[in-house]
Amino acid sequence: MAMKRIGVFICHCGRNIAGTVDVKRVAEEIGKREDVAFSTTYVFMCSQPGQKLIEDSIKEYNLDGVVVANCSPTLHERTMRNAAARAGLNPYRVEIANIREWAAWPHEDNPEAATRKAIRIINATIEKLKANASLEPLEVPVIRRALVIGGGVAGIQAALDLADAGIETVMVEREPSIGGNMFRLSETFPTLDCPQCILTPKMNDVGGHPNIKLYTYSEIEDVSGFMGNFKVKIKKKATFVDWDKCTGCGECLRVCPVSVKSEYDLGMKDRTSIYIVNEQAVPLKALIDQDSCIRLKFEKKVQEGKIKPKKNVKICSKCADVCEPEAIHFKNNEEIVEEEVGTIVVATGYEVMPAEAFPELGGKYPDVITALQFERLLSPSGPTAGVPRRPSDGKIPKSIAFVHCVGSRDPQNGVPYCSRICCMYTIKQAMLVKHALPDTAVYDFYIDIRSNGKGYEEFYHRAKEEYGVNFIRGKVSKVYKVGDKYRVQGVDTLTGRIVEVDVDMVILATAAKGSEGVKELAKKLRIPYDEWGWLKEVHLKLKPLDTPVGGVFIAGAAQFIKDITDSVAQGSGAAAKSLGLLSKPQLEKEPLLARVDTEICAGCGRCKDQCAYGAITIDPIRHVSVVNEALCEGCGACSANCPTTAIQVVNFKKGQIIRAVDILAEVF
Amino acid sequence: MSEKEFEPVIVGFFCNWCTSAAADLAGTSRLHYPASIRPIRVMCSSTVDPVYLIRALQEGADATILGGCHPGDCHYITGNYKARRRVAIVKTVLKSLGFEDDRVLLEWISGSEGPKFARVMNEYTEYIKKKGEADFKYLDSLGGE
Repeated sequence: MAMKRIGVFICHCGRNIAGTVDVKRVAEEIGKREDVAFSTTYVFMCSQPGQKLIEDSIKEYNLDGVVVANCSPTLHERTMRNAAARAGLNPYRVEIANIREWAAWPHEDNPEAATRKAIRIINATIEKLKANASLEPLEVPVIRRALVIGGGVAGIQAALDLADAGIETVMVEREPSIGGNMFRLSETFPTLDCPQCILTPKMNDVGGHPNIKLYTYSEIEDVSGFMGNFKVKIKKKATFVDWDKCTGCGECLRVCPVSVKSEYDLGMKDRTSIYIVNEQAVPLKALIDQDSCIRLKFEKKVQEGKIKPKKNVKICSKCADVCEPEAIHFKNNEEIVEEEVGTIVVATGYEVMPAEAFPELGGKYPDVITALQFERLLSPSGPTAGVPRRPSDGKIPKSIAFVHCVGSRDPQNGVPYCSRICCMYTIKQAMLVKHALPDTAVYDFYIDIRSNGKGYEEFYHRAKEEYGVNFIRGKVSKVYKVGDKYRVQGVDTLTGRIVEVDVDMVILATAAKGSEGVKELAKKLRIPYDEWGWLKEVHLKLKPLDTPVGGVFIAGAAQFIKDITDSVAQGSGAAAKSLGLLSKPQLEKEPLLARVDTEICAGCGRCKDQCAYGAITIDPIRHVSVVNEALCEGCGACSANCPTTAIQVVNFKKGQIIRAVDILAEVF
Repeated sequence: MSEKEFEPVIVGFFCNWCTSAAADLAGTSRLHYPASIRPIRVMCSSTVDPVYLIRALQEGADATILGGCHPGDCHYITGNYKARRRVAIVKTVLKSLGFEDDRVLLEWISGSEGPKFARVMNEYTEYIKKKGEADFKYLDSLGGE
């Protein structure tokens, strides 16, 4: 039954709409329609008096449908539907006509065209609305478990908050230990806490929490399902060591003859082929790197038939020989496990651009390193025990230059944005150099100092005044080798002079990007990301933790580079978001799903072939399509392929769209 | 019509997750494009039946745009690939009936590409303006309502 008593409510949005669109004229034009019982304008429809106006009008004019012409439906569709529901009108009889983002703002230079376009959009929306059905939300059961992807500080915080609230939480981390980038840091700004002191208690809490199931050295293989009911396949990568038996004693590390660059120390230190990330790793377990282990490389070649093993030749098994618990078995123990969860928090963090990406700034020299690598040299647990030494010759540097904005704010060579954390960590590193080596000269080349956090500006002033760090305002153009030293060439924009200093080490504050592999993960989760690998939130200001996929939230630097303070806050925020969903016994699901008219369905199965969710089956007896409502997402791919219009998405039926298209295509 | 500058009518079908969001962003960023773009939000580009595109042309539109998520980024996993095939079919049908197939445009515009949205709308409108009015009257006589 097509609606006959529609109410149309046109919002001024202050001057946002009314400044361009002649809202009075729109209301008059729309009011002429036979099926419109009432049309009016109001300054802010989303305000309480605005909503009251809609509620009162529904009752007064006995409206059977409502069109609100205002902003994007992503903002106030729910507000308006709730208002209608309060007045006793089914919320699915409300449609939004977006005349702000789609008419008033892009055509603010042409008020006449904007007004006509607003009228057209509203008319098309009315045509679509007229055949809308009254619907009730579907109820789906919820699995009261959560998944946290990423074991950095944001993920740790999210997992602990969830677990403490009684939710069984699965944490997946691709490195052998949790801790993330924060675990690599020396000290943190502006408090100068050491992460080993403030992060390891949290790491141990995760490792020992009865509600947390920890998968390290594991990656997400596949995600299926939907809000409240996700099925996640997790690949546990091969460690070649039985972690149930390994005690983390470290005896094996002492005998392993292989030496390769340590990933944890970002190449600043070597590790053995069988290794434990570091002494405070959680879990504290050894694993073998199959690309460098003598035995595993040999076995692989034998398996591939490249070499034939000679008899009675003993292949290296030094680690296994000293392992008292007999944990080392050299067997490929890669496996896929499946977990079912209700919500997912993605906290995959960031990485920094490598120094090698900036050859003009000397990135090819061993003593020109990234700030994150320098963190390892400043860390008391690092390769130089907290007293920085040159990677090339191990000498103590007498002078160090820091370069800000390497790749940041530089679309040609890096990224267009400011990487936010570099100013503060560079100031901190300058201070720490002065702590460890008071006589070392420190030069800090910056464009602007951005110290916008609690206690940050004060921290900057301390570095200048108490520590005597030389801050030079200007971009560095070149770094090259002169004898044993590196010449840093730049300009001091405050004095206008060219500056040249010869230093022993150069630290580059390189731009931050989303973690490697995050795009592949995002595809599995069906969440959007940008070209730099940052995951995209639903609304930058108001929904920074939400993704378009219900039940999947983002936290920490995965969304955009941020400091520990903000990452922890977002971790807790994403946990609270998850708890909000998991605290309900049933979740409501939008009922805008595909339905089959079994009277006309021929059972040809074309819709089944289109469904990406496997939600459609053919009933073998009745020979018609059947939609599984729990799996259907309402995309409508099936309906576009149906030769008889038997399968259609509720409230997006073909007749509705075609009537709207007729209005839109009309020549004036 | 003859005295006034030709203002084309272009019906835009924009998927809910990417191109509609890009259109929102273009508006929020106050990027200007011609009002000749007449938008309708659909859940996914794959739900756009070839009939919708042809219907728009029959009813007077000079061109149609279908906007979806970038390949691999579809909110519904593979909807945009289905849309790509449907558009290819529409183009083939139009061409074989003697109509211009460049009056149907498929573009991938993600939710963060407000500037790209405005650019595509500007460029396509300009293109159709140069081409002139569409003549789909014969197509209309083929049937429909």
